[in-house]
Amino acid sequence: MAGKGRNCVPRALRQKVRAGLWQETISRFGENSMAMVGFYVIAAVAIVAIFAPLISFHDPYEINLRQRLLLPSGAHILGTDAFGRDMLSRIIYGARISLLVGLIPSFISIGIGSAVGVTSGYLGGKIDFILMRVADIVIAFPSLLLAMVIMYTLGAGLSNIFIALSFVGWAEAARVVRSQVLSLREQGFVEAAKAMGVRRRAIMARHIFPNCLPSLVVLFTLKVPEFILAEASLSFLGVGAQPPVPSWGLLVSQGKEFIFSAPWVVAFPGGAIFLVALAFNFVGDGLREALDPYLKR
Amino acid sequence: MATVPVLIGVSILIFVMLNIIPGDPVAVMMKERISPDVVEKVKAQMGLDDPLIVRYFRFIGGALRGDFGMSYKLNRPVSRLIMQAFPNTLALALAAALVSWLIGIPAGVLSALKPNTIIDRAFMGFSVAGISMPIFWSALLMQYLFALKLGWLPVSGFYGAKYLLMPAVALGWSAAGTIARLSRSSLLDVMQKDYIRTARAKGLSEVRVVVYHALKNALLPVVTVMAIQVASFLSGAVITESVFGIPGLGRLAVDAIRTRDMPLLEGSVLFATFLVVMGNAMADILYSTLDPRIRYGR
Repeated sequence: MAGKGRNCVPRALRQKVRAGLWQETISRFGENSMAMVGFYVIAAVAIVAIFAPLISFHDPYEINLRQRLLLPSGAHILGTDAFGRDMLSRIIYGARISLLVGLIPSFISIGIGSAVGVTSGYLGGKIDFILMRVADIVIAFPSLLLAMVIMYTLGAGLSNIFIALSFVGWAEAARVVRSQVLSLREQGFVEAAKAMGVRRRAIMARHIFPNCLPSLVVLFTLKVPEFILAEASLSFLGVGAQPPVPSWGLLVSQGKEFIFSAPWVVAFPGGAIFLVALAFNFVGDGLREALDPYLKR
Repeated sequence: MATVPVLIGVSILIFVMLNIIPGDPVAVMMKERISPDVVEKVKAQMGLDDPLIVRYFRFIGGALRGDFGMSYKLNRPVSRLIMQAFPNTLALALAAALVSWLIGIPAGVLSALKPNTIIDRAFMGFSVAGISMPIFWSALLMQYLFALKLGWLPVSGFYGAKYLLMPAVALGWSAAGTIARLSRSSLLDVMQKDYIRTARAKGLSEVRVVVYHALKNALLPVVTVMAIQVASFLSGAVITESVFGIPGLGRLAVDAIRTRDMPLLEGSVLFATFLVVMGNAMADILYSTLDPRIRYGR
């Protein structure tokens, strides 16, 4: 993918070139207006999530049965749910869950995937064969069904979602990394490192892996929305986060019975999922285009 | 072909994940309190006392003959439940695929013909929106708008083509984005080729160049993805089926989880994954048939 030709450059120079690559990427990214909008949306949501207790006017768990399903108004900007809880506060606290559930499993699955991919691609042979067949099996599953089976085994709950999504996601990362490593290991700088007597593990960690980073960054930003949607789906189906946790998927699920009388209890939390997933997808696409200028003509 | 080993691996993974849970299936089946003696007897009868590996071979032996055991809760053969659900899911998957092609391909082609224009940006924004949309949300909003407010379509259930429209759009739109992006990048690629320049140099009209020379080649990878997509619809209709009350495979799996009906979950997930693996294999074959430059095997 990104910049194959610069690998035969001496190390000192290469570091300069690499700093240049990231700088260039950032400046190209900055010119992409959609990607920048996505970036600002994510930044705003992250700030809201971090400072949730300071921002929300109401306790997201406070039940008030006299104020059930209130229309959006001055006191409750986004209305209230079936238990009289303030929707805006619940959505603000839900942002914490969605961001964590997007970021942590993406990080874990890409971590595992890169370790597997680099090992598999660089060592080759039997290890490669076995690791890739295992990845094939995981990829063969429809991901939501596999996540559902894991949740069935581990039991519903937020912490198990991290495990389920990490397990579902690593195989794709492993494949992406492996295919890059296959071409990287034939390059001159790897030959040179080998000739200098650098150990195998050091070659994999310090020479091969850093060259996979650009595509891993893109994969990461595209995994986040996928996992946010997956968590929302699992919670919507009742096998993810459990009440009264204000997960966005769960909010929609709880609101769906009231959609005909109070559509806002479905519209707002679902809209939040949509907005954040959209923002991450724009950023991911922007990064991909910025890292690979030939992609867009 | 790697299809068979993958399927064996898939069956092992499902079986192990569902059979290592400490939860006692006999206790799940019987609601009232029963004496431990009876539990032991029933367990022995069902062969649940045997070691895991014996049970796996019994399971896979049955699965090969199309026997996935009895559902704990519904007390009917799992294979019959699956076969009842499958046609509904198939109808939904094909309808959704049709929607995604009808939206995705024209959007992708128009974007590629006018790259980096407003049209291109609008279509691509639209397709990213499709990918980012939680299906359960768009489905619920459609129900609100088209069933309740406008009264054009039935809210849910499955009694005919009319009932299929909203679910197909909900499911198909999310995939239209992928199709649109793929056809765009593929067509952009083809339009740079020498034979397109040759065709133009011959004096062919632009429409002829695009339709007869470019599209034929550009849509090859798209066709492959379509085949994979139908398979993923077959298994991925879980949410759509739940929201619209369609008695299909996905609903079966969700109900199985809700009632902790292990054989039903095992059977439906294995069957759905089987469909995906076969879909991928068929896509490979289709691709090599359509494109004579590609040959698999040695």
